[in-house]
Amino acid sequence: MNLTDLTITQVHQGLAKKEFSVLELCRVYLERIKNRDKEISAFLTVNEDLALSQAKKIDDLIYVGKKIPVLAGVPCAIKDNILVEEIRCTAASKILENYIASYDATVIKRLKEQGAVFLGKTNMDEFAMGSSTENSAFGPTKNPRDLSRVPGGSSGGSAAAVAGNLCCYALGSDTGGSIRLPASFCGAVGLKPTYGAVSRYGLIAFASSLDQIGPITKTAEDAKIVFDVISGKDKMDSTSVNPKSDPSTSSGSSRAKSRDEIRNPKQIQNLRIGVPREYFVKGIDPEVEKVIKGAIKKYEEMGAKIEEVSLPHTEYALSCYYIIAPSEASANLARYDAIRYGGIPEGPRPFCEKGGAYGAGKNKKLKIKDLFDYYLIAREEGFGAEVRRRIIIGAYTLSAGYYEAYYLKAQKVRTLISDDFEKVFRKVDVLMTPVSPFLPFKIGEKIEDPLSMYLVDVYTVSVNLAGLPALSLPVGKVGELPVGLQIIGKPFEEQKILNIGKHFKEM
Amino acid sequence: MISKKEVEHIAKLARIGLTSGEIEKFQKELSSILDYFEKLEEVDVSEAEPISHPITRATASSTELENVTRKDEVRLNGASVDEAEKLLDLVPDKKNGYVKVRAILK
Repeated sequence: MNLTDLTITQVHQGLAKKEFSVLELCRVYLERIKNRDKEISAFLTVNEDLALSQAKKIDDLIYVGKKIPVLAGVPCAIKDNILVEEIRCTAASKILENYIASYDATVIKRLKEQGAVFLGKTNMDEFAMGSSTENSAFGPTKNPRDLSRVPGGSSGGSAAAVAGNLCCYALGSDTGGSIRLPASFCGAVGLKPTYGAVSRYGLIAFASSLDQIGPITKTAEDAKIVFDVISGKDKMDSTSVNPKSDPSTSSGSSRAKSRDEIRNPKQIQNLRIGVPREYFVKGIDPEVEKVIKGAIKKYEEMGAKIEEVSLPHTEYALSCYYIIAPSEASANLARYDAIRYGGIPEGPRPFCEKGGAYGAGKNKKLKIKDLFDYYLIAREEGFGAEVRRRIIIGAYTLSAGYYEAYYLKAQKVRTLISDDFEKVFRKVDVLMTPVSPFLPFKIGEKIEDPLSMYLVDVYTVSVNLAGLPALSLPVGKVGELPVGLQIIGKPFEEQKILNIGKHFKEM
Repeated sequence: MISKKEVEHIAKLARIGLTSGEIEKFQKELSSILDYFEKLEEVDVSEAEPISHPITRATASSTELENVTRKDEVRLNGASVDEAEKLLDLVPDKKNGYVKVRAILK
């Protein structure tokens, strides 16, 4: 038995039956990270000591015969934009290179209460801005299925760690596809929850009206286990809501029912699946289309009713997203001034316009003129090209004279996109689409052309704009490269899409 | 096409330093991105209200969304008491427990 192949459920059973200890399991993972992560580069920080001490605690509980929660002792990895107290948290940015988190994100607190074991923090596109994990200030992550290709982004390190068996499960964050795309590219399961289902407290903000934390796992069943633990209202995030309301209240009853109704595979027979025609147009790789159509056919064979539907504003989603997300980012990233943490490293600056006459505090030979200068230099050196590009786009689309043409217009188009979904969800229960029009591309292929990289997100951004839950499920391969099916649900119907995903392998 | 001057101006507003080579590169890249945004001009939004919270509308009837307020008072939320110290430890330049910043007045 290879311990690193096990799912959460299998690890839990193994621990309960004392087939192996948490410490043993943890050491196997740490050893594998040491060997295999040299090639993949999924981790930015590996916290061996913390992991081993957490492992020992759970082993002690098992030893004295305590019944342990399902996530207890299960080694996981956390995207490096989610704070874990006393662990470095960089968001893959130089500006946060030495930042040590002073508190736990709510999701981390909830995982700790379950006895989770944290192996380390995973690589990502800087501040989650990107679709390939090439925008990390610490170098790209490679796709474990083919090391010459990208793992997708921005949660590329988390997806590669799960797919490469470097952890049992991971957390990612999804602003425009950042969980679903890497899950699809690496052949893992990824869940982007409904906006508000999971607390964002302790998540380094990118675009606050779009960001959600979610699990990346080996199976849909595992994704459900993690989601159930991390979801729910949190007083530290006023946008979080509690869908687990009392089923006896009028508003709660329909949701509670819909959560349960897909448990039985026979229920797939009554399922109405919508296939939006706008997601199968020019630009999609025909091989990807074939795999996706084949997967939808399988659900049809199980008795689901397939219906072609239309989301007419789909073609505007990408523009809409790439105005709204950078606008929010330009405001959120204004806080990084290298004054409260970070600082500007000393030394001459060969690329500096003014002849390298700048440097920080202690070096008396190098002087920064004033605070304004300090900001410019700190943010030029601290942020990578894509982050600076997006901050500038955001500042532009929010600036006087352009606000109405860009930002306000995009907010209105967002309403129309959201309305499209609301209308089709009166006719169908879920939607099925590809996660990406492309297979995982080569490292370096798109990084020089920002717009071509943005187009990778064409099938994922609408879901964030409308705040819906969506699952990325591996349903086939083209050669060795995995293809993910996107299952989009109604708000707060995570359980339904997870159960539908679970039945795929049971077919 | 966005002008070089505009790029410099917006970068300054956003407190982002750019080298002269980058100004030209960003000018090209931003122009192609802004051109792409022009697609939105086709959309009739005369009937649409702008939204910022995606779930407010879609499920207004089924979620208990309400304004969240709280008293303006210190709460620790289980965070360790020495959190302020931890935060100060991260400050690169400080004096007597204060964060040092450069002078803003000449």
